[in-house]
Amino acid sequence: MAEATVTTRLKKLINTPESEVKDALAGMALAHADLIRVEYDPNVIIRKDAPKKGKVGLVSGGGSGHEPMHGGYVGRGMLDAACPGAVFTSPTPDQMARATKAVDGGAGVLHVVKNYTGDIMNFEMAAELARGEGSQVNAVITNDDVAVQDSLYTAGRRGVGVTVLLEKIVGGAAEAGYDLQKATELAKKVNANGRSMGMALTSCIVPAAGKVTFEIADDEMELGIGIHGEPGRERTKLKPADEIAEILTSTVVKDLPFKRGDEVLAFVNGMGGTPLIELYVVYNAVHQYLTKEGIKVSRSLVGSYITSLEMAGTSVTLLKLDAETTKFWDAPVHTPALRWGV
Amino acid sequence: MAVTTAQLVDWIERYAAVIAEQKQYLTGLDAAIGDGDHGINMDRGFQQVLIKIAPVKDKDAGTLLKTTGMALVGSVGGAGGPLYGTFFIRAGTALDGKAEVADADLVAALEAGLKGVVERGKANLKDKTMVDVLTPALEQARARLKEGASIADALSAATDAAEAGMKATIPLKALKGRASYLGDRSIGHQDPGATSSYYLLRTLREALADPPQGASTSTSYVGREQQPTS
Repeated sequence: MAEATVTTRLKKLINTPESEVKDALAGMALAHADLIRVEYDPNVIIRKDAPKKGKVGLVSGGGSGHEPMHGGYVGRGMLDAACPGAVFTSPTPDQMARATKAVDGGAGVLHVVKNYTGDIMNFEMAAELARGEGSQVNAVITNDDVAVQDSLYTAGRRGVGVTVLLEKIVGGAAEAGYDLQKATELAKKVNANGRSMGMALTSCIVPAAGKVTFEIADDEMELGIGIHGEPGRERTKLKPADEIAEILTSTVVKDLPFKRGDEVLAFVNGMGGTPLIELYVVYNAVHQYLTKEGIKVSRSLVGSYITSLEMAGTSVTLLKLDAETTKFWDAPVHTPALRWGV
Repeated sequence: MAVTTAQLVDWIERYAAVIAEQKQYLTGLDAAIGDGDHGINMDRGFQQVLIKIAPVKDKDAGTLLKTTGMALVGSVGGAGGPLYGTFFIRAGTALDGKAEVADADLVAALEAGLKGVVERGKANLKDKTMVDVLTPALEQARARLKEGASIADALSAATDAAEAGMKATIPLKALKGRASYLGDRSIGHQDPGATSSYYLLRTLREALADPPQGASTSTSYVGREQQPTS
């Protein structure tokens, strides 16, 4: 008979915790040799045809364990380079400095940074290094997670689902010839118009830690979970998917606030361990709730795009669209994880 | 009395050994209020430091500490990499070219390191961070030296202040870093960064003790630290 502790056991398709990131990078390099190349020590995933002369370079990065973010978004119409850190640990400045240099086609480089203390500090140090080597570097910080209080007394809201949408939209604009200033302004606009909230059914296991990040009972859920298993707003009894979707969506809607008549991109994301069929159950409820509120869903994305290892759960991201953001969302993209229009 | 590069090498090696020993303990502290990787990250960083400092052990103190800091910046990640990396790089810059370090210069170098940490992390006192350990510790060291104490005695007082500062983070509400997301739920937990900073002072005291203390052994710390309950 299976023991009750089965979920706390390290049971993963890895060779060793230490080799996991490099083994996965090697796999990506082989699987997507037409789109990307991979450099090691420092670890960087670079668009195959970078640097593109005269094009603003888009560089992001963060801890590993959120795949396909960010490495899966390197390619035409999205990122020029991604810097994977250790699992759930921000990458180091030498990675971003190398990435910046590798993709700088003379038009400057925009760093897309999720609002976590470690990521901010490492990207800041990288920007100092890259500027020292003559690159023009701007940074935009994503902080769309409504579950976290934004106040003087916290590190501020976490960057989550909007990051994926921003990388697509600003990547499309950079491909279309936006200069660094315009790309930076667009990125800030996307972040300002997007909000997210997530929830978890189960925890995840960081391989190096070897045990679950948090304990959660079979009949409980964590509302407002972060993408590293950080606790959120509330631990509560599990509810039907429709009710969970309404809690997440209504909280997001009230925060911006999204108003009757707004057009939005609705993004239902899986945390890594939730099957697509469940995400569509959630999407159904999200879409119906928005329609009832008079908010028009003009674009959608459903799938596991910003994950937390094998955590089961979902997040809902809404982005208020206008003509500019819609145009660049629809623009062609060809990366390992997102492809349309080509 | 002056401090030699060899003593500083001893400090770094002792610190690396303690971090390796306390890896799970630090990670457990971090899991309670952060993202559960502080011990893992610091150990990865200091294992890298041990490799990188091997060729510069006979160089000046500045080179030793800057090499340490660069190794940390390039291997730790998270918040710990830039913060500890900046600490050692700034301290090393203050000791450029010095094979022997006067007592007051060592304390001044550590103060330069702390200043770098504050600039990088923008933390204030009582934010529940490593600053809550390093600030009172270095104030004690500076005050004792002024009174004419030896560097060994000054660091002994500094270590006591560091320990008090570490324990004083327990009732504080975190205002910086990922722990700040917990709000009141961060109260009652000792800060992992404050804890690793306390080890920094404690191992420096050991390395500069007069008479010298034996090499750090795996028994010296085990059993002293309470295992976290969550």
